Amino acid sequence: MKDFNASCPVPFGRYDRIVLGHGSGGRLTANLIRDLFMPALGGEILSRLEDQAVCPVDLPAGARLAFTTDAFVVRPIFFPGGDIGSLAIHGTVNDLAVGGARPLLMSAAFILEEGLPLEDLARIAASMRAACEQSGVQLVTGDTKVVDRGKGDKVFVTTSGIGVVPPGVSLSISSARPGDRLLVSGPVGDHGIAILSVREGLEFETLLVSDSAPLADLTRVMLEACPSIACMRDPTRGGLSSALNEMAAASKVGVKLEETAIPVRPSVAAACEVLGLDPLYVACEGRLVAAVREADSERLLEVVRSHPLGRDAALIGRVVEDHPGIVTLRSRAGGERVVSLLSGEQLPRIC
Amino acid sequence: MKYLDEYREADSVRRLADRVAQTATRSWTLMEVCGGQTHSIVRYGVDRLLPPRIELVHGPGCPVCVTPLETIDRAHAIASQPGVLFCSFGDMLRVPGSRGDLLQLKSSGCDVRIVYSPLDALQLAEAHPDRRVVFFAVGFETTAPANAMSVYVARKRRIANFSVLVSHVRVPPALEAIFQSPDNRVQGLLGPGHVCTVMGTSEYEPLARKYGVPIVISGFEPLDLLEGIWKTVSQLEEGRAQVENQYGRAVRPEGNPASLRLLEEVFETVDRKWRGIGTIPASGFGLREEYHAFDAERIFGVADLQTQESTVCVSGEILRGLKKPPQCPAFGKECSPETPLGATMVSTEGACAAYHAAGRHLPESPESRSAS
Repeated sequence: MKDFNASCPVPFGRYDRIVLGHGSGGRLTANLIRDLFMPALGGEILSRLEDQAVCPVDLPAGARLAFTTDAFVVRPIFFPGGDIGSLAIHGTVNDLAVGGARPLLMSAAFILEEGLPLEDLARIAASMRAACEQSGVQLVTGDTKVVDRGKGDKVFVTTSGIGVVPPGVSLSISSARPGDRLLVSGPVGDHGIAILSVREGLEFETLLVSDSAPLADLTRVMLEACPSIACMRDPTRGGLSSALNEMAAASKVGVKLEETAIPVRPSVAAACEVLGLDPLYVACEGRLVAAVREADSERLLEVVRSHPLGRDAALIGRVVEDHPGIVTLRSRAGGERVVSLLSGEQLPRIC
Repeated sequence: MKYLDEYREADSVRRLADRVAQTATRSWTLMEVCGGQTHSIVRYGVDRLLPPRIELVHGPGCPVCVTPLETIDRAHAIASQPGVLFCSFGDMLRVPGSRGDLLQLKSSGCDVRIVYSPLDALQLAEAHPDRRVVFFAVGFETTAPANAMSVYVARKRRIANFSVLVSHVRVPPALEAIFQSPDNRVQGLLGPGHVCTVMGTSEYEPLARKYGVPIVISGFEPLDLLEGIWKTVSQLEEGRAQVENQYGRAVRPEGNPASLRLLEEVFETVDRKWRGIGTIPASGFGLREEYHAFDAERIFGVADLQTQESTVCVSGEILRGLKKPPQCPAFGKECSPETPLGATMVSTEGACAAYHAAGRHLPESPESRSAS
């Protein structure tokens, strides 16, 4: 994506911004697809421009399909460490990956606001392509609609993804058992704070970068090394707190966390102090939390730490029999508290 | 993080908690004034480290919580007018008025924005000369200087489309109201660290003397709070009632002279109504006459708007330290952060919201065993 810049010779015709006609289904739509989307995203299947993607599948016996969808409305659309395009690919890839699926096929639907610079859209499309390549998925179908200026906010993207869960892999948030240990793959809260740091009215001296990244390779390596992983979650909206509360509720177990064990970057911790936020509630877009049997936990930690996306991984707590459905945390100061689900909206429109 | 982690370190916390236990020979009830202190106590479980003899009750120091319903309604009346750009700190947006909160007003099409500083609101006024920009100036003495600065700068630069809806409150008169009350339970006080950073400590001397209540100005980290508790208990055990400063790294006895000059320039002391408590004489700041051109209450003609408080919520008793959140029959049931009946459930500094966030409404939680 870094190699792409505004000087790329994209022939946008006489328009340099989205107009309502780009969503008409007529010539302007065709031009937009031909001149902007196809050069960036067109693989063999997408280039056929059929109403549906017909894809050859080769499923091993016992394999199952995983299917997920996600909408992205992040503001601003470009942020340190990514943009709405890469985020839309990573988000859906990660939802497949934490279910143990190998992501294969993706769709993308764009709602464009009249007035969006085509240059911005081209940048987003190029970023999506790079994210697809990095994640090993093919974007095979898509759609574009245009809404009047003021009726949207630049661009909204919805992606869906299909992946294959290999035979023998069965992860579920209801599978955590007392005694399991909890592993997080890296520092939490980077994405939410990175978005917040570039919002109107907030300026930090250090650049905080989103952790947005595709987790499919990390989860593949983890599952190969350690089939006893019970469940995985990517802590996006609601942060680590939501991911673990959902796990505790679904598995009917308690969760006990050690505050000092949870990795948080000093810059993120400082930003949270200033803004009165709790890093446990701030979103990540390239992290996962896993419950794993005690006996395998140290080995899994080594495996995750040897992966580029897991260098700062840590074991942060345990699954317990006590207080089912409730997550507690032993604070740095030694006292204990419940980590409840987030009420209301801490940071709107972060993904 | 430097200057924070060392105040949260578990061994030192344990040692100080032990020292409190050794010092206290009988039961004492202490109040921490500030919502920030309450939040920290619950977040780090500081109260659970104390011997049962020491009871902490939570004070009125949450600005969102004590802002009266009619002030919220005035904010709504202003924000709904055409051409108004209404700015507020995020917490105030979720406080229910008589007809919903400011977020609902925003969703119905009014221009309501979160700012992180009143000077951001002033910038918005400069950037949108065709709009009337109003900043919701709530808070204690801590936030008053920054809000005073916005008005001061607006007058200097003649930014005529900027105004503030002022609902500033002062801590000492509220403490006096609590100490005077016949049902007062508070024997010792953790004083407001950030308020005193601005105001200094002299206002608290007469209170400690007159009511025989030791006042230890305290910080907000676990070690600050425990040291404050220990100093307060020591005074009680020795029969003293003095003002001590635990938060020396921020608070000087004379306060912050530049801030005090600015407050004096822009504000005068006025009577102020407190949510759940009622009107307390001289308990607030209002704009001086020279600054009336920036007074949103006057500009928009909402000063006469009066509203009746709900009768269900016991936040008034909670704010005076008479009750704790779990003693309210609605706590965690009809009243939750999603459906707050009163302001103490809205702000993260509100005692009810702090208890709820720490899971103290849940029967299975380890906290609930010691919180009752």
